[in-house]
Amino acid sequence: MSNEKDWPLWEIFIRSRAGLNHKHVGSLHAADAEMAIENARDVYTRRNEGISIWVVESKYIKASNPADEESLFEPASDKIYRHPTFYDLPDELKHM
Amino acid sequence: MKSYTKYDPLVEYVLRSADNTLILGHRLSELCGHGPVLEQDIAITNISLDLLGQSRMYLQYAAQQIGNNETEDTLAFLRDGMQFRNCQLTEQPNGDFAHTIIRSFIFDSYHFYFCQSLKSSTDSSLAEIAAKSLKEVTYHRKFSSEWTIRLGDGTAESNERMQKALENLWPYSGELTEEDAVDAKMAAEGIGVDLKDISGSINDYRNNILERAGLKVPEKVFMHSGGKKGLHTEHHGYILAEMQFMQRAYPGLNW
Amino acid sequence: MSESSMLKRFEDKIQREIKIEPRDWMPDEYRKTLVRQISQHAHSEIVGMLPEGNWVTRAPSMRRKVALIAKVQDEAGHGLYLYSAAETLGTSRKEMIDDLHSGKAKYSSIFNYPTLSWADIGAIGWLVDGAAIINQVMLCRTSYGPYARAMVRICKEESFHQRQGYEIMLTLARGSEEQKAMAQDALNRWWWPSLMMFGPPDHESKHSAQSMAWKIKRKSNDELRQSFVDATVPQAKLIDLVIPDPDLKWNEDRGHYDFGEIDWEEFWNVVKGNGPCNKQRLEARNKAHDEGKWVREAAAAFAEKQATRRKDVQQKIAS
Repeated sequence: MSNEKDWPLWEIFIRSRAGLNHKHVGSLHAADAEMAIENARDVYTRRNEGISIWVVESKYIKASNPADEESLFEPASDKIYRHPTFYDLPDELKHM
Repeated sequence: MKSYTKYDPLVEYVLRSADNTLILGHRLSELCGHGPVLEQDIAITNISLDLLGQSRMYLQYAAQQIGNNETEDTLAFLRDGMQFRNCQLTEQPNGDFAHTIIRSFIFDSYHFYFCQSLKSSTDSSLAEIAAKSLKEVTYHRKFSSEWTIRLGDGTAESNERMQKALENLWPYSGELTEEDAVDAKMAAEGIGVDLKDISGSINDYRNNILERAGLKVPEKVFMHSGGKKGLHTEHHGYILAEMQFMQRAYPGLNW
Repeated sequence: MSESSMLKRFEDKIQREIKIEPRDWMPDEYRKTLVRQISQHAHSEIVGMLPEGNWVTRAPSMRRKVALIAKVQDEAGHGLYLYSAAETLGTSRKEMIDDLHSGKAKYSSIFNYPTLSWADIGAIGWLVDGAAIINQVMLCRTSYGPYARAMVRICKEESFHQRQGYEIMLTLARGSEEQKAMAQDALNRWWWPSLMMFGPPDHESKHSAQSMAWKIKRKSNDELRQSFVDATVPQAKLIDLVIPDPDLKWNEDRGHYDFGEIDWEEFWNVVKGNGPCNKQRLEARNKAHDEGKWVREAAAAFAEKQATRRKDVQQKIAS
């Protein structure tokens, strides 16, 4: 057992094809950003899963607190007027 | 006995690339499961698979040229050492990771310009193989160059290991670009690569990377050669003993 | 919020099949169980590279060679996905790997058996991967989000592994007498250890009940083992290989195959370190890790130097 530290952890985001968002696929270790991209290529795109890679060192990700879930997200749930189904229109009207 | 077979020049020429990629791919595959970090284990294995894939294309083409029921497998598993045409560099052992990286760096820097030039071969099969390989080799060269810089410019220990690996392997760098009669004939016919032509770019590229890595190019080195003619180092026989074991122990079967 | 109300909320989520995510509150024991299970699973993938890697340089054809390398490489990838999943629970990869190397952490005992012939590569793909897939398909529905997502990815990639193994066995079984004998010998040696992969029988499995309640596991060891036997027997018949169990027979009433008693003494012996290859496997892992130390240190040192250089340049530009 040594005092050696792991290389930093990086979160990996892959765009699977043009027109789609980069999507989080997992993480890996790398000494620097360049290496993180190459490792991501070898680890997460061996089967043509991607055309573009983002890497972010995990410690820089700021996340919302699960305990705030109710106050952050529930207030949106009763604002049904934001959705098209809220509005009553005659059946004769097609395509709107 | 098949020893010292003379192939016709095109086959000779194709076998050189087939065997360079086969033997280096084999060496790198030995590291599968034994890499210094999990991520690098996967990376090295990817490169090994690229090289073996390239080798298969060359072997299949060579087999087709030879005819006589040769296949990629008879060529890989049933030739003896003196029929192998790989440069001696590719058969050198993995050693520590510094040796693995330097061996790849020396090879990849050659291989990149080789494939780039072979892409315009008048032989359409070779041109096609080269075009496909070049994409992979571009990545290999980037990978081994970055690691050369990283380890050369890392710690005192890593610099020392890299310098030592460079001293040990540099004597095998010359053969890659040393032109012999087969190379000259193939180049003259527009089939093969003019090695004199690409040597300058290879040297410039290597010097640039090694300088950034803080490594000194060994001077006044005696260059070994012979691999292209079937003359190998002692390591080669053990690679074949392992690689060909099944086909030798159980001749003529399908697996 | 009090601990008891958080626990209630947690259990309610489990009940409603809502995945638990890294930053959610979870009972310590749930976290510990997951770290233990996921890291063991990761170690199994990594150690599992060794017995198959043993034949990479001796594969009998170019086609077999690249397929085997790609498969062993996948195991490395799967180990990596799993270590990543475990790291979301607050344990570093280094801690997990140190535990593996010191012998403290366990991994699947199957990988302590040797690969003695080429047919063993077929048998591992067919039986060991076959058994693993049954377990892993269940784990795609496990309650911890990152673990479930890693398993989905792994299952997708693993689908070629078992086919690769079975194809090798099929080729041998249809080949020469010596090839057929080689295949049968491999089946004889790998059959029982494969059944042991599902772990001790339900009545002796100490972690099972809690793991089932938390939906970390969704099926019991014995249930999974039975599905494996039921799936594999017809596959063996199809290629005329004989499963080495005189008690194996179809039970019409149960709608399952009955099979013989597993030698649990052997199982516990291998778990305790007395398998044919326990020592060699750990030595190989330790050797690779120790020999890689200077590489990891150098890359870290280089990254630090580069960061400092960038900062210097930025300061120069700013001043």
